[in-house]
Amino acid sequence: MEAIEKANALAVERILTSDPILIDVQTARDVVPGLKDGMILHAGPPIEWDRMCGPMKGAITGIAVYEGWASDLADAEAKAAAGAFEFHPNHHFDCVGPMTGMTTVSQPMLVVENRTFGNRAYCAINEGLGKVMRFGGNDAEVLDRLRWLRDAFGPALGAAIRHNGGLELKNIIARGLTMGDEMHQRNVACSGLTLRALAPAMAETATDNAALAKALAFIAGNDQFFLNIAMAMGKSMTDAARGIEASSIVTSMSRNGTDFGVRVSGTGDQWFVAPVEMPEGLYFPGYSEADANPDMGDSAIVETIGLGGFAMGASPAVAGFVGAGSASDAGNFTRAMAEITAAESPEWTIPAMDYLGVPTGIDIRLVVDTGLAPTINTGIAHRKPGIGQVGAGVVKAPMGCFTQALTAFADRMGVN
Amino acid sequence: MAHVLNQVRRGFYLDSVALMRMSRVIAGIDGVEEAALMMGTPANHEIMSDAGLLAEAGQSAGGGDLIIGIRATSQAVAETALAEATAQLDAPSTRGAGTAYRPKSLRSAVGMLPGANLALISVPGDFAVAEARKAIRRGLNAMIFSDNVGIEAEAALKAEARELGRLVMGPDCGTAIIAGTPLAFANVVPRGSIGMIGASGTGLQEVTCLVAQLGGGISHAIGVGGRDLKAEVGGISTLMAIEALAADPGTDSLVLIAKPPAEAVAKAVLNALDASGKQAVICFMGAPPMEVPANVTQCFTLKDAAYAALGKSAETPQAPALQATEKKQLLGLFAGGTLCAEAQVILRDAAQTVRSNVPVTGIGDVDSTGHLMLDLGDDDYTRGRPHPMIDPTVRDEAFVEALARQDLAAILCDVVIGYGAHDDPAGHLAALVSANQTSLGPAIFASVCGTDGDPQGRAGQIAKLEAAGVHVAPSNADAARWALTAVRAG
Repeated sequence: MEAIEKANALAVERILTSDPILIDVQTARDVVPGLKDGMILHAGPPIEWDRMCGPMKGAITGIAVYEGWASDLADAEAKAAAGAFEFHPNHHFDCVGPMTGMTTVSQPMLVVENRTFGNRAYCAINEGLGKVMRFGGNDAEVLDRLRWLRDAFGPALGAAIRHNGGLELKNIIARGLTMGDEMHQRNVACSGLTLRALAPAMAETATDNAALAKALAFIAGNDQFFLNIAMAMGKSMTDAARGIEASSIVTSMSRNGTDFGVRVSGTGDQWFVAPVEMPEGLYFPGYSEADANPDMGDSAIVETIGLGGFAMGASPAVAGFVGAGSASDAGNFTRAMAEITAAESPEWTIPAMDYLGVPTGIDIRLVVDTGLAPTINTGIAHRKPGIGQVGAGVVKAPMGCFTQALTAFADRMGVN
Repeated sequence: MAHVLNQVRRGFYLDSVALMRMSRVIAGIDGVEEAALMMGTPANHEIMSDAGLLAEAGQSAGGGDLIIGIRATSQAVAETALAEATAQLDAPSTRGAGTAYRPKSLRSAVGMLPGANLALISVPGDFAVAEARKAIRRGLNAMIFSDNVGIEAEAALKAEARELGRLVMGPDCGTAIIAGTPLAFANVVPRGSIGMIGASGTGLQEVTCLVAQLGGGISHAIGVGGRDLKAEVGGISTLMAIEALAADPGTDSLVLIAKPPAEAVAKAVLNALDASGKQAVICFMGAPPMEVPANVTQCFTLKDAAYAALGKSAETPQAPALQATEKKQLLGLFAGGTLCAEAQVILRDAAQTVRSNVPVTGIGDVDSTGHLMLDLGDDDYTRGRPHPMIDPTVRDEAFVEALARQDLAAILCDVVIGYGAHDDPAGHLAALVSANQTSLGPAIFASVCGTDGDPQGRAGQIAKLEAAGVHVAPSNADAARWALTAVRAG
């Protein structure tokens, strides 16, 4: 018991004392350790082609065409089915990706360094809303946007970040929370703060006014631009807490559209997997639950560090939008998550809850004991590839992941 | 032909009391034979299956799923009832600004109320000990309302609590009043200097209420659970409670109500009372006279215990005049277990032959002969159903049957009010009696256990019963003595 408390205190301390800085944008091939041609990294725990959901398959065929590994989508699908590509979870390569979470060699990656511990984490750039690859979109428009991100936007953003000497993220999050973001469903404040911080440097480093205008308009037009930065940040923070013997703190929660996977600090890199659940939420006009794909994406990394569904109290607008209840109930989501977490963040606080710190450090023992599964705010993809986002809502992490994790943890601790 | 309809709500939890209340409303719909809303635990599956309420749809429900089961005379009625059940479940909860957060765990509750020193635990018995352990390890005393806890687990829990200097009240502790705060089934009584300890819920209720009616007051009433004085548990909580009340400057005298303890435990308890240095009254319901220390008075009924606690001696008020009858049988229909036991003791000590489903010393079981005293709150009657104190309809069937019997001299019963009890049990009983009584049927003797401070109001409850022709005695013991006059009158 005492050993667990001590280990958990250390794990939580590592998360809370992390100092994540967005330092650059670099091509995946150059910065992601071990990433090679022919590898496709995806969201969630490991999965083989046959078990992938529609949007995941759609994204894989699209990214294979984008990388030039297939002549067209049909060719890509045939190759994928024939085993021409290697599939790995982003989490195995210090990466994360929203929804389908495609990561391949030529993509520009946001690089976040955890200055306290020296580790880095990576995430591709958010493509915007509507028909995009993270929701399984794969037509020419989607691929052209990816090429523009690679050839124009990524390098420009990287130059601006380097020009500023990096962007300190903890402070942006702290201010975003006071402005109504929870960093999963709502990133409008943090996206704005980021644009404000980087726009002068983007102008300073730009060589072409039209290109600059397009780049600035791209950020300004995407309320979720910051999500991918928050995710890379979350990954850099939780990785610092990995592999602490006797710690029952969760270090990853992630979904691939078929399975939900959880990893725990004290059980090494083992995934505890259960079928994903269906999000409950609101749908864009013309769509309904019948169109929805089950829960997907590495984005639950933000809940793992106390944001998203855990910070719902900061974001009453989201509580209403995601179908979670009335806006005045938002704080109760945060309080409920405090029942399954080991600590409160001293730096990330929620003004409307008397500056309560966001609940941080999910303890699998508390999850199983209270029967309260982590609440995750999420976008909802169409179940068919190529259509895109159809709604947004909340989803519960499946309890099965946590009971399995606790059993394995107990075995390792020699408890029966 | 009966039509059984099931609907399962996955991952939908409601407290069993709330579900039982809803079940009752649905079962009351015309044409509905039986209805239940229950969580799909294995035990509940069995109950619903036995009740003919489980259809194929319900079979798949797990412990975290809610099963709605309806058996009706027609499919149309079943569907209407199902729709009503659904509507009740979906009725909007009151939410809006200021929705207070209700903590889901002891850890979080203690965080919100750091000064708390007592946890009331009411969860299925399988989990009660684990929750109680968490409570005592957090420095809380624990009152365990839950039953179905094994006696070994109870003994181990109490031993650990004693090490930690924390009191465990229960399991199966239905009544306590701590520093003026009633917990679970308890009555509104004035604060005073009498400290009580009870291994029985209705025993504590009756004595606290009688003390209140006699002008006395209660410092604390501590429940310890019905098995605390068994040899396996060794009276751990009772002894700790005696010690606590002995040390409490607000407590001048003690009252202890229990079933007859194991011999060694009785000795330890009497020694502790001796050591307390305070005047003490004991009532071990059904036990023979025993040797007690000088500061201890042994009583044999709850009423005598209440009077003795105030230094008064009890008398029985004049029974109402009854027409002479040849009938010789009494039937007791009790909601309170200790009230049933007290009636048995009074009849036994008046040389009557008595039988009961929960017999005290010297009384036969239900298959023997004599006046039948039934405790309808016993587990056999309450498995999967609410306790008759919560839902008086549980007693209806037996009551209606008894009212029609022409061989019965009298029915003896109790009406228990206070927190936790039904909001108008006397009104319910009076309506039932008025609708079913015949001129040749039995007389009815009752008492109302409660006070005028209770939400139901004792005087109003008595008035309703009397208006229906029920003879209401000042106490349960008096009601039993009055009932005796009915069989002796001939």
